[in-house]
Amino acid sequence: MVKIQKHNAPGRLIAVEGLDGSGKSTQIYLLKRWLELEQYKVFFTEWNSSLLVKAATKKGKKRQLLTPTTFSLIHCTDFADRYERQIWPLLRAGYIVLADRYFFTAFARDTVRGCDPEWVKNNYSFASVPDITLYFKLNPNTAINRILEGRPELKYHEAGMDLNLSTDPYESFRIFQGRINDAYDNMAKEFNFTIIDATAPVDQQQQTVRELVNERFDLPSFKLKK
Amino acid sequence: MKFYGKGIPGCDVNKLAGKLIVIEGADGSGRSTQIRLLTNWLEGSGHATVNVGLKRSNLVSAELEQAMQGNILSPVTLSLFYATDFADQMENTIIPALRAGFIVLADRYIYTLMVRDIVRGANPNWLKNIYENLALVPDAVFYLDVSPRFLIERNFQKKNQLDYWESGMDIRLSRDVFESFIKYQRKIKTEFSNLHDQYDFEMINGNRTQRTIAADLQKKIELLLQKAK
Repeated sequence: MVKIQKHNAPGRLIAVEGLDGSGKSTQIYLLKRWLELEQYKVFFTEWNSSLLVKAATKKGKKRQLLTPTTFSLIHCTDFADRYERQIWPLLRAGYIVLADRYFFTAFARDTVRGCDPEWVKNNYSFASVPDITLYFKLNPNTAINRILEGRPELKYHEAGMDLNLSTDPYESFRIFQGRINDAYDNMAKEFNFTIIDATAPVDQQQQTVRELVNERFDLPSFKLKK
Repeated sequence: MKFYGKGIPGCDVNKLAGKLIVIEGADGSGRSTQIRLLTNWLEGSGHATVNVGLKRSNLVSAELEQAMQGNILSPVTLSLFYATDFADQMENTIIPALRAGFIVLADRYIYTLMVRDIVRGANPNWLKNIYENLALVPDAVFYLDVSPRFLIERNFQKKNQLDYWESGMDIRLSRDVFESFIKYQRKIKTEFSNLHDQYDFEMINGNRTQRTIAADLQKKIELLLQKAK
């Protein structure tokens, strides 16, 4: 079994994970605002955002050229670009790095798509596990309803249409998200997720998150020197 | 046929009637010439043939080329970009062609991809794990073994210069491109010999004339095709 190492750099890495609609992006944004306003060295990165790889990913998705295997590899490439050029150097420079989704997103999605879990884990094993992984947990139906409420136009892969679960994108999305949710639950223990109740009020969740960060890190050591 | 590892999900390898033949070797070892000659010979004798090679996928080849021009990718990213390119060709070209009974001639394969990265400091087990799940075990792998001095001559004949990447200039073995090429190709060769024990290559003396090598390859492939009947 592949074991993913923990870094020993002076920086700290916080990742948020959870279903679409769990509110994790809001929470990490508020965490970032707090750390910035307190003048800590902080850097934020989000899933699937490497400029270099984006063109290829976009084309692959649009033309539906991707199989579960290439879907997995192209996202891994995107992650590697961000990891090698930003996340890892910044951890070494003593930053608090905030990641909106981390490799757990890939572990969940790719295995739901049928990739071998150990293979996916190995592919990402160049990266460190986070110091804190916040898992915003809620009943999948609640998350799904939050997303579907506005009847958004769901993208092909977002709805898991490539899995042939249903010809109706909304139904497909429901089934797909249900499976992703199970995959997250299965990882929670192995990777020591900190579970946050994503149905609690936003400010209350944020307070829990800030307290946890304050407790686990020696925050004054991350102050920007002026 | 079978995969080295667990394989690509959703891919049935039991119905692959074709043959997968890989030609490996350094830049300037005469691979593309040999593949051209083999294609002519095979098609002349009535075998449908498909050529594949590195950085030729629909999915990422253009982006990969662009990124390499700028020399802006870090090593792990570059490895994974190439793995994506390989996987795309495996699923969309190689396997469908084999299923249709074609002879697939591969101009390099996972061995070059792994060796290049190992020389650049990548973890060999990490690479093995990635590629063994993606790659079918070929019916034959021929490694065109050419001495570095001879490679240089061929490169100058062909392009009048040494390629930046094929000279390993990115890993700074020397500021002098000639010296870097020799050092780099030696390292590559050493790593290839290490893989040789794991992956059953057939070494072909590539210091001979094109014709002699072609005749040698044809004889070996003919045997392979006869055995299949």
